[in-house]
Amino acid sequence: MIIQTDIAIVGAGPVGLFAVFEAGLLKMRCHLIDALPQIGGQLSEIYPKKPIYDIPGFPEVQAQTLVDNLRKQIEPFKPTFTLGERVDSLTRNDDGSFILTTTDGTAVHSKVVVIAAGLGSFEPRKPEVADLGRFEGRGVTYMVKDPELFRDKNIIIAGGGDSALDWTIHLANIAKSVTLVHRNESFRGAPDSAEKVSTLAKNGKINLLLSANLKALHGNGVIKAVEIEDKQKQLLKIDTDYLIPLFGLTPKLGPIADWRLNLDKNAIEVNTFDYATNVSGIFAIGDINTYPGKLKLILCGFHEAALMAQSAFHFVYPDQKASFKYTTVNGVNAF
Amino acid sequence: MADKDTISFDVQSSTGDVQRLELPDNINLSLMEVLKASEYPIPATCGGMALCATCHVEILKGVENLSTPSDTELDMIDTLPNAAANSRLACQIRLDHRLDDAVILLKG
Repeated sequence: MIIQTDIAIVGAGPVGLFAVFEAGLLKMRCHLIDALPQIGGQLSEIYPKKPIYDIPGFPEVQAQTLVDNLRKQIEPFKPTFTLGERVDSLTRNDDGSFILTTTDGTAVHSKVVVIAAGLGSFEPRKPEVADLGRFEGRGVTYMVKDPELFRDKNIIIAGGGDSALDWTIHLANIAKSVTLVHRNESFRGAPDSAEKVSTLAKNGKINLLLSANLKALHGNGVIKAVEIEDKQKQLLKIDTDYLIPLFGLTPKLGPIADWRLNLDKNAIEVNTFDYATNVSGIFAIGDINTYPGKLKLILCGFHEAALMAQSAFHFVYPDQKASFKYTTVNGVNAF
Repeated sequence: MADKDTISFDVQSSTGDVQRLELPDNINLSLMEVLKASEYPIPATCGGMALCATCHVEILKGVENLSTPSDTELDMIDTLPNAAANSRLACQIRLDHRLDDAVILLKG
C-alpha cells in the first residue's frame, strides 16, 4: 500500500509538527515519518522534562508539554504518521511527485518533501567490536520490538543504562537464558532496576557479567557465540542466539546525505526565501538546514515552516494562487 | 601557567590527527563549544545538557586537573559502549587553564 499525501514530512520534531499547521491553513495534507517510535524528536527523546525559555508567548514550557501542545494544535488538519521507521530512499516520478520509502518498506507518495530531520535520525549507538555489521539482522539487533521473538532463546544483552536493565528483567522470564554484559562494576542509574537485576543474578535467573567487554562475535551466517572479556581479563565464549547491544541512541544524517542535496557540514543548504533546497519540490526546515545567519532555534524553525508552506502550495495546487489569511480573521478550518 | 592569557591543549581526532588548539582565556565557553567552533564534527544534539553524549571525549593526559564530573555526566557516560576510565563529556568542561597541556581524544 502506498500512503498518499500532499506533503511528506521527514521528522516529527517540533518543526515538522508545526509545518503541518502552516500547511493545513493552506489546505495541504501532511504525512510525517520519524525513526523514533514517538513524535517530538529530541524534545521527547532526550530532554522531555527540560524547561524551554525561548518559545514566544511561553515564559517557560517543558519540552514534552510543547510537543503535546503542538500535537493538539495540528489535530484539526488530521496529520498521519509513520513512526519507528527510518526513511531510506527517495525517488522521483515523471510527474515531479516523490515516493519516499522507509527501511520497513512503507511507501509515501507526495507532491512535496519537507525535511525537518533535526540532526538526523536517531540510531542505536554501536559497540566497537569486529564483524558487528555482518551479524546485524542475523542475531544482532539493537531494539526489542517483539519480546516473543526471544522466547526460549539464549540471549546476550550488552549495556548498563535503563533499557539494558529493563529488558534484562523483562526477558529473564521469556528467554531460555539471559546474559547481561556491562562494562562497569555497578549500574549508576535506576537503582530499582539495578537491584532487580542483581537479585535475578543471585537467584541464578540471569548470568551477570560486570567489568566485562564484548571482544569478538562468532557464527556462520548467523551469530552463534560471543567472546567476552571478564573482570579477570579472561576470555569467555558464550553460545547465543541473539546479541542485543543497548547503548542508547545517537543522531545520524543517514540516507538523506545521498539525495543529491547541497550539504554543508551535514546540514542542507537552503534559500531563505522559502527554505527550498537545490532540488525543486524538496524543502528543509529546522536544525537540519543551513544558511547565512542560521540559528538552531525552535522558533526559527517555526518561521521557516510558515514560509516553506507558501511555496509548497504551488507544487500542491499549481493552478491556484495562495491567498494569505490571518487565523484571527478566518479561524482554523479543520479538514 | 596561570599567568598566560591563552589556554592551549592538543586535540586528537578519531583518525589520529593531532591539532594544538590555542585559545584566549577570557572566552566563557565549554570545551564542546570550542571544539565545535574549531570545526570538529560534534553534533552536540542536546546543546550542552549532558544528555546526548555526542561530545564524548577521552582525556588522554591531564584528567587529574579537571573538575570532577557530576552525577548526570557520569550517568550518561556509563551508558556509552566506548567509554573509557578517563571519558568525559566536553560540554561539561569549562575552557580554563586547567585544560593547559591536556590531550583530548574525540570519541563522540
